[in-house]
Amino acid sequence: MNPNFLDFEQPIAELEAKIEELRYVGNDTELNLSEEISTLQGKSKSLTESIFKNLSPWQISQLARHPMRPYTLDYIKLIFTDFEELHGDRAYADDAPIVGGLARLNGNPVMIIGQQKGRDTKEKVRRNFGMPRPEGYRKALRLMKMAERFKLPIMTFIDTPGAYPGVGAEERGQSEAIARNLIEMAELKVPIICTVIGEGGSGGALAIGVGDRVNLLQYSTYSVISPEGCASILWKSADKASDAAEAMGITSGRLKELGLIDQIIDEPIGGAHRDHEAMAKKLKQSLLETLEHLLEMPTDRLLDSRYERLIKFGNYIET
Amino acid sequence: MNWFTRLLPSISTDGASKKAVPEGLWDKCPACSAVLYRVELERNQEVCPKCDHHMRIRARKRLENLFDEGTLVELSENLEPVDELKFKDTKKYKDRITAAQKSTGEKDALITVEGKINEFPLVVAAFDFRFMGGSMGAVVGEKFVRAVNHCLDNDLPFVCFSASGGARMQEALFSLMQMAKTSAALGKMRRRGLPFVSVMTDPTMGGVSASFATLGDVNIAEPNALIGFAGPRVIEQTVREKLPEGFQRSEFLLEHGAIDMIVPRLEMGDRLVNILSMLMNKRA
Repeated sequence: MNPNFLDFEQPIAELEAKIEELRYVGNDTELNLSEEISTLQGKSKSLTESIFKNLSPWQISQLARHPMRPYTLDYIKLIFTDFEELHGDRAYADDAPIVGGLARLNGNPVMIIGQQKGRDTKEKVRRNFGMPRPEGYRKALRLMKMAERFKLPIMTFIDTPGAYPGVGAEERGQSEAIARNLIEMAELKVPIICTVIGEGGSGGALAIGVGDRVNLLQYSTYSVISPEGCASILWKSADKASDAAEAMGITSGRLKELGLIDQIIDEPIGGAHRDHEAMAKKLKQSLLETLEHLLEMPTDRLLDSRYERLIKFGNYIET
Repeated sequence: MNWFTRLLPSISTDGASKKAVPEGLWDKCPACSAVLYRVELERNQEVCPKCDHHMRIRARKRLENLFDEGTLVELSENLEPVDELKFKDTKKYKDRITAAQKSTGEKDALITVEGKINEFPLVVAAFDFRFMGGSMGAVVGEKFVRAVNHCLDNDLPFVCFSASGGARMQEALFSLMQMAKTSAALGKMRRRGLPFVSVMTDPTMGGVSASFATLGDVNIAEPNALIGFAGPRVIEQTVREKLPEGFQRSEFLLEHGAIDMIVPRLEMGDRLVNILSMLMNKRA
């Protein structure tokens, strides 16, 4: 079993391995296997399409956490130029699960904030598996306030299982750090575009997720609690995660239907992890279009509509 | 059969004889196990007279105790939850709502009122923990925002007593968005220079603590309340070590600089008015 493929991707993995093998043989011998290879490639493509047509919410939440999925720093490299990473909250530490800094998008300076996971074990630990601590959220706020001072648009990239549940994080005020970002982001006088690029895990995601537009990559998820967490509380069993994923409606399609997000950014066939460049290109296009639209709005209207967007969330009966 | 076993039936107390005491007349303090007379406990606002343990108190009771008699007017009392997602776990959310409404007599977990304490006018919100663990869904968020709007319209200060496990899972992402919604509303109070005081009571966790509850101009806690972002069990499972004594309790928060003060329930009204009147720049 190929660890870089999820279990429902294994048939694709097998086919890809066969293609790779043929290529290897083809290079070595006089035989012309290109026709054979291209047939298999076509087969692989249609197999991928058919598998990805009927994904369950639980399968999508696996994709959102796919180990090969592009992370914030990958997108920074592929979409922006002149990135200058800025570190630290000026009070306690530099929290590696959140990265941020100045960069240019098609030449125009912007402020980037994003959650960052690690690819190998060492990096995973250094990035705390993408779970920020209070100092991470305070660094994010420091950079966002700086962006406001210098009138730079803010782009956030959300990809976290959640804020870190640790002793130190509680001691240093995890709750307050998240809450502070919510009240401040609602009032920042520059456009804020938030994109969920992987896992949108609860308050830890929302803490950099208040903006003028909140967009999701097609196979990203956004939820109030992880499916496992929800299952273990409501079903008393983490095995019911797939039921919880279904019930909570955590996928881009469902969230769009419910009016909770603004736009779905389509992923390449087989998901963002199969083609980082193609995904980055689409994301860049979406960021440019959204930004152009937001820059046309005068600041007071921008802030009013950001507030209205938040206030309308949630239905109730008035008797 | 020796003398002892023969004697035993006459001195043992079984379930039947226990029932001879009228139900609800006595309560046991969960902290010091003192047996307390219900009427006295109520008079003492559910604070144990023996050990000062602050028990959970229903929202309506708390508000009645707090306000000058006859001044209390409820705000947006007509809001009721809807099951937008047709959510079903082991039970339907719809049924959970009905059950909670029946057992508590409330429509949802938050009550908002306007009134006077020591003749000082203000708006107060209070969570009822009995209603699905005081969880925050769309009704809680909307009532909170309307209470803020009422303050803005009438130049009144705002106090919120939190008692909540966090966001309501059955409303999924809608409930997460209530964190942003309520916090954004508090931004309007801030810009208008109207004070917001947050009182955290046992327990104040998750999405409620990570939004308005920690955003008070002044943050107050009741003694020994559990206050935090992640639940102690989740933290224990993550860090795989035993948590320190008193972790996430009010006294711990005070020591770590997260709250301004701990105020006993029986002093709460006087202290709130004292603080708010100074923040409102009123002469004594």
